[in-house]
Amino acid sequence: MSFFFEVLIGGLLSGVMYSLVALGFVLIYKASGVFNFAQGSLVFFAALTFVGLREHGFNSALALLATLGVMIVLGLLIERIVLRPLVNQPQITLFMATIGLSFVIEGFAQLLWGANVRGLELGIQDEPIEQITTYTGMNVSKFDLSAAGIAALLVTGLALFFSRTRIGRALRAVADDHQAALAVGIPLQQIWGIVWAVAGFVALVAGLLWGARNGVQFALTFVALKALPVLILGGFESIPGAIVGGLIVGASEKLAEVYLGPYVGGGIEGWFPYVLALVFLLFRPEGLFGEKHIDRV
Amino acid sequence: MLYREAGQFKASYATDQQIFPIRQDRIAVAALTALAFVIVPLVADQYWLSAILIPFLIFALAAVGLNILTGYAGQLSLGTAAFMAVGAFGAWNFVLRVPGMPLLVAFALGGICAALVGIVFGLPSLRIKGFYLAVATLAAQFFVVWALTKFNWFSNYSTSGVITTQRMEILGFAFDTPRAKYFLTLTVVVVLALAAKNMVRSSIGRAWMAIRDMDVAAEVIGIPMLRTKLLAFAISSFYAGVAGALYAYCYLGTVEPEGFNLDLSFKILFMIILGGVGSILGSFLGAGFIVLLPIFLNTVARPLENLLGLSLPPGLMSNLELIVFGGLIIFFLIVEPHGLARLWQITKEKLRLWPFPH
Amino acid sequence: MKSVKSALLGLALLGVAASAHAQNEQFIPMNGYWVGPYAAGGSGIFGGFIDYINMINARDGGVGGVKLTYEKCETEYNNARGVECYEREKKKGPTGATVIHPLSTGITYSLIDKAAADKIPIISLGYGRTDASDGRVFPYVFPLITNYWSQNTAKIKFIGMREGGMDKLKGLTIVNIYHDSAYGKETIPILDAQAKKYGFTVKHIPVPHPGNEQGSQWLQVRQIKPDWVILRGWGVMNPTALKAAAKIGYPRDRIIGVWWSGAEEDTIPAGDAAKGYIAAGFNVAGANFPVIQDIKKYVYTKFKGEMEDQTRIGSIYYNRGVVHGIVTVEAIRKGQEKFGKKPLTGEQMRWGIENLQISEARLKELGATGFMQPLKVSCMDHEGGGAVKFLQWDGNKWNAITDWIQPDRELVRPMIEQSAAAYAKEKNLTPRDCTKEAPPA
Repeated sequence: MSFFFEVLIGGLLSGVMYSLVALGFVLIYKASGVFNFAQGSLVFFAALTFVGLREHGFNSALALLATLGVMIVLGLLIERIVLRPLVNQPQITLFMATIGLSFVIEGFAQLLWGANVRGLELGIQDEPIEQITTYTGMNVSKFDLSAAGIAALLVTGLALFFSRTRIGRALRAVADDHQAALAVGIPLQQIWGIVWAVAGFVALVAGLLWGARNGVQFALTFVALKALPVLILGGFESIPGAIVGGLIVGASEKLAEVYLGPYVGGGIEGWFPYVLALVFLLFRPEGLFGEKHIDRV
Repeated sequence: MLYREAGQFKASYATDQQIFPIRQDRIAVAALTALAFVIVPLVADQYWLSAILIPFLIFALAAVGLNILTGYAGQLSLGTAAFMAVGAFGAWNFVLRVPGMPLLVAFALGGICAALVGIVFGLPSLRIKGFYLAVATLAAQFFVVWALTKFNWFSNYSTSGVITTQRMEILGFAFDTPRAKYFLTLTVVVVLALAAKNMVRSSIGRAWMAIRDMDVAAEVIGIPMLRTKLLAFAISSFYAGVAGALYAYCYLGTVEPEGFNLDLSFKILFMIILGGVGSILGSFLGAGFIVLLPIFLNTVARPLENLLGLSLPPGLMSNLELIVFGGLIIFFLIVEPHGLARLWQITKEKLRLWPFPH
Repeated sequence: MKSVKSALLGLALLGVAASAHAQNEQFIPMNGYWVGPYAAGGSGIFGGFIDYINMINARDGGVGGVKLTYEKCETEYNNARGVECYEREKKKGPTGATVIHPLSTGITYSLIDKAAADKIPIISLGYGRTDASDGRVFPYVFPLITNYWSQNTAKIKFIGMREGGMDKLKGLTIVNIYHDSAYGKETIPILDAQAKKYGFTVKHIPVPHPGNEQGSQWLQVRQIKPDWVILRGWGVMNPTALKAAAKIGYPRDRIIGVWWSGAEEDTIPAGDAAKGYIAAGFNVAGANFPVIQDIKKYVYTKFKGEMEDQTRIGSIYYNRGVVHGIVTVEAIRKGQEKFGKKPLTGEQMRWGIENLQISEARLKELGATGFMQPLKVSCMDHEGGGAVKFLQWDGNKWNAITDWIQPDRELVRPMIEQSAAAYAKEKNLTPRDCTKEAPPA
């Protein structure tokens, strides 16, 4: 039984890591209806820039600040150059544009920093916490727990930002109805710029944590694939949805792999979350927390 | 002037309803077909045939399939590569396991296998819409590749899981040169593309478009939702499946399941978005663009690199190619969000008056 | 559309015209990848390969007076792009492309038929089709030095050495963590055969691509509590596996990787978690070999080197690229012995590779003693070597901890012949009769 809980806890903690990536998608989708496939590339770019700057003699704090600056500028640039000219285009066109964007960012990242694979140590050991192991026999990693803490901080911060600040309220207004927001005098493009900047920040946090886990390398862009089922399960427009979706996906894929996998030869983690999301969707076609759309003729 | 239909009178319903109602179109299509069947094989060398024209035709066919589903019926799919994989492995297994199986029948059966898989993964479309539907096709994408890797039966228990296509022979004629393969591919693609062109202007095509434009309204006016949507999935997957079989037999010769990954699905989606959603011609234009652009960039980049000497960092050109590729895609989407087919349409409008615009 | 085509044609013609001017040149395409998820490996291996070719040109003026030329083509590790690159490059140079290194198992598979038809030999060093080691069925494919099956038997031998004898293997449990793909699955049959032979238990655990999340797999390892873990990974899967092993407290010096899991790129990202990890390799790391010093002297002091980051010279991938260079150049030398000191054709090159012999003495002349193993290729045996060396990561670099360990040929060879025979039957090929092949000159 303790093994079951170990798998469950491990899954939940992995789920938090997925949620971190999914958050970036949600922010942008919520504000501008763009399904930003380039988020994975942003994660990669952020982590690579941070590590690259450190290699060039920046200390960690300075590198972090500089990377944050770079990510915000990048976010603003993307909004200005790529998405503003595409306003009011069909969603799929926007989606394709962000895939094109991901090629540009990936090429640019490797052009700037080279193709080398790098390590990233955040000073948190990815090892089991001994006290928990001695008392319960279960392995819970310090790193995973810290990551979960950081994710919780990030979500709380975002929630406060959205509910307590002027910009946050404007953001929510834009998310609800672009035209109404524009009519009451909210500067739409400014808000979109801010959302992209915040998404850049989220990408940085995700990039550092995932980079510490897998190494800073091109494969970081693949984390986007882990975030997709989370989004679908939680709903594209919901921040709590991204968290809950992540937890469900993380826990269920691990349990499925360990307990169902052996019967079919294993390796089912790749598609299981999608099938799970599909089953969920059959009952709730807009995801768990997505906005309900009523069709009118 | 050049493209004026004035003076072309339709005296019967049959002529009014023919597939290309304008004379210039008929001439152009006939000329293009003649060019593709006669001139190209005479002129093109092996490189052009086997590295550019054959993949172009195959991708165009897959794009036509996806366009039927996404462009005409309005159902987003991110799993085209999976359906291609089903077609390729299906056709291979039919040839392997059924003695004396004719090749073209095997291709068709491969396509039918893909269609069946398409129907299964299309079922959720009755309830789920838009990007959420993409999950169903993504599930297909990952599940199919997993199943083909996992169950060795599909690759006839070869240790590596890779299949190598059998010798191609139709009525005793062996298709083993690039030219012969080109003919085979071209014939299949032309027949299926004309069929698609016909299909989308039939009642079923109109039903698809009604569903795309507003499915509730379509249902209200009596279009059977279940049948129409699933038919779109089935036919689209059939096209993808045949394209997959051609991809294995006429292009690569050996395929592994991982070759049919999400990147390939995205590539085909790019073709229809850039070429033109809801246009058969657009599928061809988009396929040409996506197949040729990276090769073009590469052929330009390398001599440029040699010209500038070795002092450049080695990854520079590869990375620049990627950046330019992505940048051009964004550029085209901004400049012409309706795709290359729309550009062609505008050109036709202009040609109607040219050179006397007033 | 049409103008694009004609522009392309024009460019292609330009390229042909530009490369056809000198006649005493032999052309070798460099179809690799400098971008994308596997760029670190691609740039390292082709960096070493190209540097070696440039060094030979600069130091010896080419091979037997024939200058070696090359051109890069970006495949992005993608089959379709790889085929296009091959078709584009095969006619370049006075004698066409003379040998091809696809550096991708998928592309290798796609080229096997085409290359045989075009008479261009494929060298797939440490990847590609294992059963191509049977040269009777695959005259144009050379999985030189060692293949996955040989390597895997050497791994079991190594475990036996560590346990104190092959008889001690009985009752052990070994977990095989593999990338869930054609590449990853390839060693399952040989492991099963060995498990039967030596009486150990083997459990196969797949990791879905790309392998950046392995919590559940390593929890299974924790439950199984194996004596050894064999890691058959690729790309990001490797550092992630090492980190996940650290997370469950599994000792890293009981994890043995394949050579695609055993480069600096696989251990550095894992940080401290990689310390003690062991991998099989067919070349060693280090820049203190005369051959590497020559590259530095003749190439890098003239600012013509391929590596932007010169600290990577002497890394596992870079040195593997140098091995690519050595076998290619030595095969050209062999071919020139028979066909004269002129640019070889692909067919002549094939003969050169098939009769390639690199003795210990020759390695010494090349300045590569201990860098790689001696090689003896023949019509029957397109592998030519088969041994691997075990390397251990000490946190900073890879150190060799064994000598060359030979594979279990009695086990591997029949399986290869069986598999090759099945392929020949499927493709309706008649295997060559090796006794009738031309003997070495």
